[in-house]
Amino acid sequence: MTDRETPILEFDGARISFFLRAGEANVIPGLSFAIKPREALGLVGESGCGKSTVALAIMRYLGRAGRLTAGRILFQGRDMAELDAAGLRAVRGRRIAMIYQDPMSSLNPVMTIGRQLMEVPMIHEAIGADEARARALAMLGEVKLPDAAAIFERYPHQLSGGQQQRIVIAMALIARPALLIMDEPTTGLDVTVEAAVLDLVRELRQRHESAILFISHNLGTVAQICDRVGVMYAGELVEEGTVRNVFSAPRHPYTRGLLDCLPTLGRDKHSAALRSIPGQVGSPLARLPGCAFAPRCGFAEPGRCTTAPIAPRELAADHRVQCVRVAELPEWRHPPGDGGDDRGEATGPAALTMRGLGKIYHQSQGVFGGGGRSIAALRDVELVAERGRTLAIVGESGCGKSTLARILSGLQSASAGTVDLDGTAIGDLAIDRRTTALKRRLQMVFQNPDSTLNPSHSVGYAIERALRRLKGLTAAQARRQTGRLLDTVKLSGDFARRRPHQLSGGQKQRVAIARALAGDPEIILADEPVSALDVSVQAAIINLLTEVQAARGATLVFISHDLAVVRYLADSVAVMYLGHVVEFGPAAAIFAPPWHPYTEALLSAVPEPDPDARRDRIVLDGAPPSAAAIQRGCPFATRCPRKIGAICDDTPPPEQLIAGTHRIACHIPAAELVALQEAGPPSARPASTEPVDRVLAS
Amino acid sequence: MTVEGKIDLLAAPDRRAVPGIGFAWLRRLAPLLESIPAMIGIALILFWVLGAALAPWLAPYPPNASDLKALAHPTPSAAHWLGTDHLGRDILSRVLWGARTVLTVAPIAVLGATAFGSLVGLCAGYYRGWIDLVITRISDIVLSFPVIILYMIILAMYGSSAINIIAVITLTKAPIIARIVRGITLELREREYVAAAKMRGESALYIMLVEILPNARGPLIVEMCLRMGYTIITIGVLGFLGIGLPPPDPDWGGMVKDTYGMMSVWPHMSLIPCAAISSLVIGFNLLSIGLREIGLRD
Repeated sequence: MTDRETPILEFDGARISFFLRAGEANVIPGLSFAIKPREALGLVGESGCGKSTVALAIMRYLGRAGRLTAGRILFQGRDMAELDAAGLRAVRGRRIAMIYQDPMSSLNPVMTIGRQLMEVPMIHEAIGADEARARALAMLGEVKLPDAAAIFERYPHQLSGGQQQRIVIAMALIARPALLIMDEPTTGLDVTVEAAVLDLVRELRQRHESAILFISHNLGTVAQICDRVGVMYAGELVEEGTVRNVFSAPRHPYTRGLLDCLPTLGRDKHSAALRSIPGQVGSPLARLPGCAFAPRCGFAEPGRCTTAPIAPRELAADHRVQCVRVAELPEWRHPPGDGGDDRGEATGPAALTMRGLGKIYHQSQGVFGGGGRSIAALRDVELVAERGRTLAIVGESGCGKSTLARILSGLQSASAGTVDLDGTAIGDLAIDRRTTALKRRLQMVFQNPDSTLNPSHSVGYAIERALRRLKGLTAAQARRQTGRLLDTVKLSGDFARRRPHQLSGGQKQRVAIARALAGDPEIILADEPVSALDVSVQAAIINLLTEVQAARGATLVFISHDLAVVRYLADSVAVMYLGHVVEFGPAAAIFAPPWHPYTEALLSAVPEPDPDARRDRIVLDGAPPSAAAIQRGCPFATRCPRKIGAICDDTPPPEQLIAGTHRIACHIPAAELVALQEAGPPSARPASTEPVDRVLAS
Repeated sequence: MTVEGKIDLLAAPDRRAVPGIGFAWLRRLAPLLESIPAMIGIALILFWVLGAALAPWLAPYPPNASDLKALAHPTPSAAHWLGTDHLGRDILSRVLWGARTVLTVAPIAVLGATAFGSLVGLCAGYYRGWIDLVITRISDIVLSFPVIILYMIILAMYGSSAINIIAVITLTKAPIIARIVRGITLELREREYVAAAKMRGESALYIMLVEILPNARGPLIVEMCLRMGYTIITIGVLGFLGIGLPPPDPDWGGMVKDTYGMMSVWPHMSLIPCAAISSLVIGFNLLSIGLREIGLRD
């Protein structure tokens, strides 16, 4: 602590509560930390840990119910609580800028991008329109948006999510703020887009003097952006220090728990089960006298940990931990990593075979269905799911993976091709035409824990209903079996009486799994079952799925955008892009070269929570083209960093069989791909504008 | 398939999932006690509900009995607290008995409109396509028709009786309910729990009534409260136009009609039933505001 500069932001014992009908919810019991000029501090923790409350409190956006009841929040040495309305206006947006998770809701839909950008300096610095225009255009260049003049005239809905977030960043930086608060800025973005935005933030940090408060649940993104990191649990900073200290030598059991539950690239289900953190964050309405983490902590000692508030201890220069037993804890080691991939290449019998599967949506525009256009969500998909094993389907949003799940489940039917389930063609067999026996064999776990259970029905009803419909049980039999199913998903029997609003996200997802298991399915379809969950819960659900699958010998079709989860769970992997399967094969083969250039980019974009793992990343330009565009060549040609020439645009790529069932759809010969990929990432292509959609007229 | 769905519906209440509903409901309604508009609304409604229920005991005179002695001085007096009308009938008694008519006809009509409108709205939102198109067009036509004229035609053709009034109100208010339920259904049909129900082979009727409709109850209840208010006005207007309930029965609208000619001489004769209508309408409107405030939505 040799730096004597005034911190940009300082929390000095800040205590924040929300006063609700149920009483005082003390979200932040007493928080102290500081951000120095030009420093980036990351705040990580599960949802409900008070991260966003911190961000809102700085700007005094706590609403009517929230109040700072003790302590101070100092911005550049001035107490924010003392500012009047005019003072606050001068600070908000000008000295402190904020970037939220959802870029679309941060932009005004009825104003052009240009006007919104110009408005910021015109209001805050009272400069003229011409000067503001020049600054806005320069800023658009800085956030690497091609063709700034064209973007200037567009409206927010005409831009992709990644472009919108770049605009939001430009709006935040155009006022040259002293502090930039980023609250989950990349959470809603696809992994390749996220990688590009993170690269941009890192680059802009060097050029702009702003200090950054970076809030994220994703340890990987924090490791890439920040100098220092604070781990929050239940409103307390349980561990704080440099990224290197905290992530490579975590001392607090909670930090260790968070790192342990990550399925980092390099672990798989055969090497070790993921460790999860049991329980959930306690309610701020009833705070515990001692360590808030004690009820979930494996090292908690009754008495010492649970009686008095724990004081933070300084361990090393710039590494503080709030744990009484910190000196007694065993040394932490990275979770057992890659011991070679022992998933055999042996192929089992096929449970599901997809041949030439296609799905075209017709978008009607007129009232009577005239006009409109066609969108091909799936094109010529050839996949095999082997019995008793896990087929993972990965890709970014819009790649067709959910459409595939909906076709397998019968919620939609295919426009072309077949799906074969033990001799039964189910591709064009909609759910209401499937027999009960067929419905039983294939059940689905959905993505969103908040909409997977009917809020009007109890957990017991949901599961009993499934048992009665699928197995034809009587009410009494179903009731008995419900207890057993709840036990399978590790919930106690009294959950049957609860309603969805009384459950946490992870518990809801367990109930959804129990419901899917009601008919003893042979095939479980899981459409992003963990993407909406916290990492600690995610690990538990993944373990549960693996366990259930092994115990029942069921086939799992696991759809995900998260390569780390897929690597952990899958036996075989299909990588999808724009409705095409660009690479398919056993998991071991997918995660080693040769890769399809898209797989390569996806892998390189995964943010790892290891500050030393700064790999050279491949940043893809722009967004995928519209699925309505006519494709003649390779679907990935418009963004491919390894594009070889006109052949990519004009000729569909050949399916190259690499070894066994591993295949890649690419014009570059496999041997050449290996050589190229071992040599390192391709040099960035010059930024290009997004391709103009060539719309199919129908 | 339809029969199957119906049987399932009837079987539902014996399941242990159901007993919880009552308690959960009460708990969710508890915040109503803190809403000032809701409390005023509830008080006004309760006042009239009790008055109507206890009319035979509370009313000092039979509703149609004329007190010829009071004819000379129809203004409020010790014998007639709210005075009498031009025929010497006690206004207090008539208002209390009138509340009975309004508070039976209006709820039945609104319940009818809600049941019919919900069903139609569910079908439109769930099936979409041409079914939706036909239902929404018919609703639009009904809604665009001048309601009073429609009443006059129908009541002139089939005569005025409580049943006809209920039927007409049900038909004309149903499209409004249908539109709301359709909107909610369009949104809820995409929920994953609906997909899960399809995957276990539930019938369309089951999905609409058991999976979707219960989650629309919040907005529906708010809307029912509002419709109650408007229906009471409608019944008043019908009475005022003389096409309401047949004459001897006391009817608030009819009371105004009979006496508004004497407004300049004896204003109390028509103002008191007017106040009765207004207070009950305001009561329901305030309650709907309170319900909306606590957001009985999911």
